[in-house]
Amino acid sequence: MEYTEKVMEHFMNPRNVGEIEDASGVGTVGNASCGDIMRVFLKIEDNIITDAKFKTFGCGAAVATSSMATEMVRGLTVQEAMTVTNKAVLEALDGLPAVKTHCSVLAEEALRAALWDYACKNGITIPGLEAPKEDEHGH
Amino acid sequence: MPLYFDNAASTPLHASALAAMMPYLSDNYTNPSSIYTPARAARKAIDEARVTVASTINAKPEEIYFTGSGTEAINWAIRGVLEAQAQKGRHVVTTAAEHHATLYTCKHLEKLGYEITYLPVDAEGYVAPEAVSAAIRNDTVLVSIIMANNEVGTIQPMAAIGEITRKAGITLHTDAVQAVGHIQVDVEALQVDILSLSAHKFYGPKGVGAQYIKKGTRIAPLLIGGAQERGRRAGTENVAGIVGLAAALSVSAAEMAGEELRISALRDMLINEILARIPHTRLNGPRTNRLPGNVNVSFSFIEGESLLLHLDMLGCQASTGSACSSGALAPSHVLTAMGLSHELANGAIRFSLGRDNTAQDIDNLMVMLEKSVARLRELSPLYDDFCKNLLVPPTKEA
Repeated sequence: MEYTEKVMEHFMNPRNVGEIEDASGVGTVGNASCGDIMRVFLKIEDNIITDAKFKTFGCGAAVATSSMATEMVRGLTVQEAMTVTNKAVLEALDGLPAVKTHCSVLAEEALRAALWDYACKNGITIPGLEAPKEDEHGH
Repeated sequence: MPLYFDNAASTPLHASALAAMMPYLSDNYTNPSSIYTPARAARKAIDEARVTVASTINAKPEEIYFTGSGTEAINWAIRGVLEAQAQKGRHVVTTAAEHHATLYTCKHLEKLGYEITYLPVDAEGYVAPEAVSAAIRNDTVLVSIIMANNEVGTIQPMAAIGEITRKAGITLHTDAVQAVGHIQVDVEALQVDILSLSAHKFYGPKGVGAQYIKKGTRIAPLLIGGAQERGRRAGTENVAGIVGLAAALSVSAAEMAGEELRISALRDMLINEILARIPHTRLNGPRTNRLPGNVNVSFSFIEGESLLLHLDMLGCQASTGSACSSGALAPSHVLTAMGLSHELANGAIRFSLGRDNTAQDIDNLMVMLEKSVARLRELSPLYDDFCKNLLVPPTKEA
């Protein structure tokens, strides 16, 4: 199992670590027993994601995907943020070992959970966005 | 120089082992089964290695057989005994805290219709001899128990178990891969019938192991072919490997008294420093009666792999419980058998000390550890919740 240089770089120097006090949307997915928990904070102004931060408990891939995903959604509209899928995150990191693919899925789920939180609070619908699953990550 | 704390995964080759091996990696390439002069020299070197191994564990030379690895020896012990003693039954007694070589062999045998009893271990990783006694049935063919645990270092009460199996007339195998070369191993005192060991765990080369088989023990070969190892293990002997195994073992045996004390002191120093300087940490395995070089600690709120990667970037090499599980997603079966929650099992790191480690290494490691743990906890939503009193500190209960 080997991580790409990009994964290692994002793991050692993760972008956007922390939380946003007055976040417009917060999403937490995963559980400690499966090894990963991601919490994503979004600041949304005039439909645009102006800030994104995260906290992650998990392996190197979990930290790197959180870092990359938050980096990718900054500056996007909430609708455009739907294009930040697990596949997009995976490609931006030059790939992940097969056993770690679920980390990129988790990053997408965390982003969408934060968007869902924002959508619910503001009574809007975002095309393609569904409610987060109850047991966030059942593997 | 990297700080190497993964001696339970593998050890550096001892200079004297390399020197002993060199002739068989260069000039003397003969097959030891051949009849001419250099081949007879190679044969003699194997015989001498057998004497060395035998004397180290209080066995007779004719009770030692060389194999291609510790894993091969363990596979052979389990499968060979079941085959040779098939008329006795199809039941094996082992523990829930074995190395994968034993665990997965047993899982495989279950699919073939064998019955396996996995005895539980307590919070420190011990199996109770009385539990072994209670598990033995009329159709029990083999008891196989790891002598010293590879993840948490727990040294099992093998002598007490040996007394039970000897009295019951059941073959006892022990995986002593982590024990030999590090603590005293005496096959007569332990009353074991079969014992597996591996060279690269005690500063010998990789790709060579050995099996002690007490005279009179009924066991079929695993590898079938030529008449090497008196017909019990076919395949041209790894002469260099065998010679290297014996050379490394004789150094380890000669230095054991001093090294066991010195490394145990370093181990205790590291355990004490971690528990004192880094909050929310927990020692896995016992304080005493533990392999001299083994330290296994759970760091709450962070995940083991990320800590390992962090330490690696700082130049320090350690592992999670078992080198074999790198890349696996499931938490250690040993730690969960000891009752740890998945979260604490996922946050466990093993530091295994060896002959090259010094007190200065421990100081350097502590600086890196404090830094890495603090950094990763900053990232952790669990630590966040804990600090805001949203989360009770994890306990060992699952």
